Amino acid sequence: MPVVDLLALVLMLTGAAFFFAGTVGLLRFPDVYCRLHALTKVDNLGLGFVLAGLALRSGLLTVALKLLLIWLLVLLASTTACHLSARAARHLGVEPWRRA
Amino acid sequence: MTAILWAFDVVLAVTLVALAAGVLATASLFRSIVLFIVFGLTMSIAWARLDAVDLGLVEAAVGAGLTGALLLNTLGHMRSQAEFTPEPSHGPGGRLALALAAGTAGLAIGAAVWAWPDAFAGLGDRVDTHLAESGAQNPVTAVLLNFRAYDTLLEIGVLVVAVVAVWALSPMRGRVLDADPPGLVLAGFVHLLVPVVVLVAGYLLWMGTDAPGGAFQAGAVLAAAGVLLLITGRVAPPQLQAIVERGAVVLGLVAFLAVGVAVMAGGHAFLELPDAWATTLILLLESLLTISIAIVLVILFAGGRTDAAHPPEDAAP
Repeated sequence: MPVVDLLALVLMLTGAAFFFAGTVGLLRFPDVYCRLHALTKVDNLGLGFVLAGLALRSGLLTVALKLLLIWLLVLLASTTACHLSARAARHLGVEPWRRA
Repeated sequence: MTAILWAFDVVLAVTLVALAAGVLATASLFRSIVLFIVFGLTMSIAWARLDAVDLGLVEAAVGAGLTGALLLNTLGHMRSQAEFTPEPSHGPGGRLALALAAGTAGLAIGAAVWAWPDAFAGLGDRVDTHLAESGAQNPVTAVLLNFRAYDTLLEIGVLVVAVVAVWALSPMRGRVLDADPPGLVLAGFVHLLVPVVVLVAGYLLWMGTDAPGGAFQAGAVLAAAGVLLLITGRVAPPQLQAIVERGAVVLGLVAFLAVGVAVMAGGHAFLELPDAWATTLILLLESLLTISIAIVLVILFAGGRTDAAHPPEDAAP
């Protein structure tokens, strides 16, 4: 396997590991605020790794730049969605979880 | 590699069926809508796997995006009405009848596909043979705007009729959209995103003649920008008073009919695009269709007329 493909594989597997961690966090964390934390931070990082791997695999600068643009758009959208969800939860009076 | 792809396809198919079952079985309407959006996104991946990228784009933009927003907005409106009770209007007997009808239709379609003769390859070869004279490099655009332009004409007709029907209903009372001010983060997000969305819509429209994309994808993406502007109060819900708004709704349909009739002057049949003009006419029609599709989808999202006596609280100042 060429070095580039190997590097791409490592990047994508790292991304998949982050997605897995984010999903575990989404399912296991105690309240909406913690879950948002897991979902947005970890998944965005995972997506960055997967897209970096795909960009390497494509070997084309135009494709790599498009993937970068997609990542930036997802960062922007998920940050905003996270903020809106947390804001709506606070409006509804959801108390942040505290260790008992 | 083939084994991995095969496994991926099986996971995709099972996920789709499970999501569809979830949409129907879940008791909470909100949860049902969220599952429906996830179903649409998964479906768009399935279309991409079937090499139907055009359909994948439409499914993601309309099936998951705009329909999801439409359903969530409707649910919010229903909840704001005191008399609303989220009970299904049909009992167990009705459900059984519906399940039987849907099951029979599904089996009939399955049997029809199964009964295809092996030699029947569809119309793909004929489209490929005549692609050069269609004026478009993308076979989907060639079919939609040239070979089967009738279908597309009727589709845009259906969209216009839908707006007329929504407008004929009684006006929306009270809260149309969220009365909360949008907040700085959302306002900033919309500020950044809308120009990008317009750019993407233009790209999809321009690429549509020789790559996946076209009027429906571009219109849906443009409508998403309109929905964002609407829910953040940047623009007021459309009132369809101005001739410009009304004109935009029928623009695509009128242009389509005009082109269809105009070519008859040159001795062609209705909607038969002359080869020399085909590319120009397709691009013109797609551009005008994009505008109409976008405004129609935004109007459908807004949900109809607003009551003059009870204006929506979030109408732009």
